Amino acid sequence: MKPNDKIIEFKNITKSFGEKCVLDDISFYVKKGEFLTLLGPSGCGKTTLLRLLAGFGTTDKGEILINGENITDVPPHERPVNTVFQRYALFPHLDVYENIAFGLKLQKVPTDEIDKKVRKVLKMVSMTDYEDRDVESLSGGQQQRVAIARAIVNQPKVLLLDEPLAALDLKMRKDMQIELKEMHKKLGITFIYVTHDQEEALTLSDTIVVMNEGKIQQIGTPTDIYNEPQNSFVADFIGESNILNGKMIKDRLVEFAGHQFDCVDEGFGENVDVDVVVRPEDIYIMNRTESAQLTGKVKSCTFKGVHYEMFVDTDKGYELMIQDYNAFEPESEVGLIIKPADIQVMKKERVVNTFEGEIVDETHVKFLEETFECRPQDKFEAGEKVTVEVKFSKVDLIDHPEEGMLAGEIHFLLYKGDHYHLTVETDDGDHIWVDTNDIWDKGDLVGINIAPKDIKIVKRND
Amino acid sequence: MTKRSTWALPYAIFLVLFVALPLILIIVYAFHDGSGNWTLGNFTKFFRDADAIGTFALSLEVAIENTLLCILLGYPAAWILANKKLNKSAVTIVLFIMPMWINALMRTLATAELFHMLGIQLGKGTLLIGMVYDYLPFMIYPIYNILDRMDKSYAEAAADLGATPWQVFWKVQVPLSMPGVISGVMMVFMPTVSTFAISEFLTNNKIKLFGTIIQENINSSMWNYGAALSLVMLVIIGMTSLLQDNKKEVSGGIV
Amino acid sequence: MKRFFAQCYIWLLLIVLYAPIVFIAVFSFTESKVLGNWTGFSTKLYANLFSGDMQGGGSLMHAIQNTIVIALIAATISTILGTIAAIGLHNMRGKGKQAITFLNNIPMLNPDIITGVSLFLLFVFLHISQGYTTVVLAHITFCTPYVVLSVLPRLTQMNPNIYEAALDLGATPFQALRKVLIPLLKPGMISGFILAFTMSLDDFAVTFFTRGTIGLDTLSTYIYTDARKGGLTPELRPMITIMFVGILILLIIINMRKIRNSKTTAE
Repeated sequence: MKPNDKIIEFKNITKSFGEKCVLDDISFYVKKGEFLTLLGPSGCGKTTLLRLLAGFGTTDKGEILINGENITDVPPHERPVNTVFQRYALFPHLDVYENIAFGLKLQKVPTDEIDKKVRKVLKMVSMTDYEDRDVESLSGGQQQRVAIARAIVNQPKVLLLDEPLAALDLKMRKDMQIELKEMHKKLGITFIYVTHDQEEALTLSDTIVVMNEGKIQQIGTPTDIYNEPQNSFVADFIGESNILNGKMIKDRLVEFAGHQFDCVDEGFGENVDVDVVVRPEDIYIMNRTESAQLTGKVKSCTFKGVHYEMFVDTDKGYELMIQDYNAFEPESEVGLIIKPADIQVMKKERVVNTFEGEIVDETHVKFLEETFECRPQDKFEAGEKVTVEVKFSKVDLIDHPEEGMLAGEIHFLLYKGDHYHLTVETDDGDHIWVDTNDIWDKGDLVGINIAPKDIKIVKRND
Repeated sequence: MTKRSTWALPYAIFLVLFVALPLILIIVYAFHDGSGNWTLGNFTKFFRDADAIGTFALSLEVAIENTLLCILLGYPAAWILANKKLNKSAVTIVLFIMPMWINALMRTLATAELFHMLGIQLGKGTLLIGMVYDYLPFMIYPIYNILDRMDKSYAEAAADLGATPWQVFWKVQVPLSMPGVISGVMMVFMPTVSTFAISEFLTNNKIKLFGTIIQENINSSMWNYGAALSLVMLVIIGMTSLLQDNKKEVSGGIV
Repeated sequence: MKRFFAQCYIWLLLIVLYAPIVFIAVFSFTESKVLGNWTGFSTKLYANLFSGDMQGGGSLMHAIQNTIVIALIAATISTILGTIAAIGLHNMRGKGKQAITFLNNIPMLNPDIITGVSLFLLFVFLHISQGYTTVVLAHITFCTPYVVLSVLPRLTQMNPNIYEAALDLGATPFQALRKVLIPLLKPGMISGFILAFTMSLDDFAVTFFTRGTIGLDTLSTYIYTDARKGGLTPELRPMITIMFVGILILLIIINMRKIRNSKTTAE
C-alpha cells in the first residue's frame, strides 16, 4: 500500500474523563475512500474517538493525522471533516436551505454558487422541494437527509456519521442504509461511521473496528469479523453464536461439549484451554444417528421468518443454539454435526482472576482494596506484594450487595453452553470474572464473596 | 474562547466580588467594634437591648401572621383559579398576577392613603392588612402554578380507589401542592420579616420592625451593629430556606 | 351553585386587592391636594407631571428618568453577562458549577435589605464613593441571576451538538456564538431582560443603601422620602396610574402572545 493511501491515522490515542479511561492507547488508520465503521456497545469509546477526530475535545496522549498532517491541535472549524450528528443538530432558527448553506456562507462562497451547490445536494438526498421548509416541521428521516446534505455540501475529505440512523424506525433505517451506501459510492469520499448496531455495520462497511471498554477488539472486513472473531467479546457481539470452553488437545483437534472435534486451527500447543465459537447456522441438525458428533433433545423451536431457531440440550449437558431451514419439534431426539472449518478456536483472554495484592498477616491478604481471609501460610511476610489468583468458578455471588465483602454490578454476561461467564464490576471499577450456573441479568447489583481456601497466593513475578 | 466552560469565568469573578465578599463583610463587620477590634459586643448589645429584642419578636410575629393569613386567603383562591370547572377565564389569573409587577412602594402607599381616607387609625391592624394586600399575589401564584400543572389523574385515581371529593382534596391535592405552598411561604415570609419601608408607610412610623432598625443603624453610621443585626436576620432567613430544601427532597420522592 | 360562590370569592378578593390602586387612579383626575376630596374632574395633575411644573420642581421627573436609565443599563449588562455565564455554566461539571450555581442563587434568596446592606459594606470597605455607578453595579448583582435562570433552560432544551455542528461547518467560536447560539437563546435572553428590567424598576432597598449621599433618587426612593415628609405629592397619583395602565397593557400583550403561541403549537 502506498503511504498516501492512509487518509487518517490515529496514533496511541488515550483519553480519560476523570478516573474513567474511555480510550486506551488506540492506534489504527483509515484508507482513503473507504467506509469504516466504529462498532461497539454504548460506552465503548467509539463516539469519543469520533469527536476527537472532529475536534470536539482534546486527547490526553497521542496524535491524529489527516493526510499525514498532524491535526491534533487544529480547532474543529479548520479541520477538513464534516459531521452528521446524532439527532441531527439542525439549526432550528434556519430553514432547510439556510441550514445547508450555512457552511458555504461562512466560506464566503458567491451566492449563485451556493445556490447551485445547495440545489445539487438537495437533489442528491431527494429533498428538492423542501428548501423553504422549517426544519422542525420535517420528519425524522427528512431531518436526517438535511443533516447529511448540510455536511456533504462542504465537500469534506472525510464524512463523520455519529449513529445517524439510531433515531429512525426500522423500515426507514433499512432504506437509509441503502441510500448511504450509494451516496458513499457516488461521492467517493471517506466515511467514518459510528454505530452500536452490528447488523448495520456488517451491511454498510468496508472495514469494521470493533471496540469495547476503550480498546480495539478487532479490525477487519465484515466477513473476517463475522467468520473469524478474535475473542469471545467479538463473537458474542457480532451475530449469534455458541461460545464454549474448550481444550486444544493438539493441532487440529479440539475438545468441547464433551466431544473431540477435528478442526483447522494449529499452533495453540497441547492441552491448552481455549474458547470455541460455533455459529448457530453452522451446526447441522438431523434425526438421531450413531454417526452424529453430538446427540441431544430439542428444547424449543421458534420460527424466525427465514429459518427456525432451536435450542438443543445435548446428552452431555450443554445447551446449543441452532438455526436451520427445517424444524425439529421440541422433545425430538436429534444428532448434530459441525464441520472442521466452522469451528473457530480462540485463545482465552484469561484463565483465572489475577489481582495485585499485599500480605497483611499470616491469614489475611489485601486486594481489590479489601482485606480477605486466606489459608494460613508462612511463605510470605506481612507487607509483601504478591499476586492473588482466584478461579472463575470460585467467586461466590449473592443477591445482597451489602452482605458481600465487595459490592459490584453485573457488567457483561456470556452464555457458554453449560454455564454463564460474567464480568462483574466492583464499586471501585475493578473487574472480576465469574463462572456460575445461577442466572443473573446485566445491571444486577451483587455481593461478592471469596472463601479463604479459594484464594491462591503466588509470588509476584516482576 | 474555544472552551465554553471558561465563559462562566467573568461572572464567577463578579459573583465572588459582589455576592460572596459582601456577605463575608457582613460577618466581619458584625464581629468588629468601631475601632476595628474583634468583639462579640454587637451581639451582647442586641441580646441585652429589650427594645431591639421586642422589635425582633414583633417582626417575626407579623411575618408569621401575614404568611398564615396569605395561605388562608390565597390557597382557596389558587385552588379555584386552577379548577377548570370553577374558573374558565384566564383574565382573573392575570389580574391576580399583575400586582406582582407593580412597584411595591406605590401599592403600599396607595393602601395607606386609602386607610387614611377611610379614617382607619394606622397601627398593627393596618400593618397586617396592608401586608396581606402586598403579598397575597406572591402566595397565590406558586400554589396556582403547582395545582394547575398537577396531573389530574392523581385525583381520578384517588376517587377511583374510593376517596370522597373531600378526601381527595385533603389526602391527595393538598399534600401534592405543598411545594407550591412552601415557595409561597418563602416569597411572603422573607420580604415581610425584612421589610422596612412598607411598615413605616402602613403605620405612619408608629411601629418599628426589625428592618427599620437595621436601616436606622446603617444610616447613622453604626455599621458594626447594623451588620450584626443583618447577620441575625440572615440566620433566620437561612433557617427558613433550609426548610424549603428539605421539603423539596421529600416532595420529590412523592411525585 | 358551587361555581357561583367560587366566582364571588375570587372577585371579592380582586375588588379588595385593587381598591387602593383604583382609588388612586380616580383621584388622579382631580386637582385636590388631599386625597379623597373630589374637587371636580381635571387633568391638571397629568399636565403638571409632564411639564414638570409642580411643587419640588423637576425632581420627580429626574427620579423617573434615573429609574428608567438605571434599569436599562442594568438590564442590558445583566443580559450580556448572564447569557455568557449561562453558556459557560451549561458546559461546566462538578464543583465549579455547583459553586457558581450556589452563589447565583444567593441574590434571589436574600432579602433586599441584606443585599443592600452587604453591598453598602462592600463599597465602604473598598472606599468606593457611592452614587450612580454603585447603584448600577448593585442592580446588576441582583438582576443577573434572573437572566442566568431564564437562559439556562433554553440551553438544556437545545440539541447538545448544535454549537459543535456550527464549528464543524467551519464557523469560528465567535461566529458560532453570533449566528447560532444567540439566535436560539434570544427568547430566553428577552424574558431575562424583561425580568431584570422590572426587578430594577421595582427595587427600593438596594438602591436606598447604595445610592450614597449625593442626592441620587429613583422613583422608589423619591416616593419613600416624599411619603416620610408627610403627604403624597399629588402628581404621584397620575404617575402611579400611568405605570399601572402601562403594565396592564404589557401583561395583556404578553399573555395574548402566550395564548396564541400555545394555540399554534397545539394545532
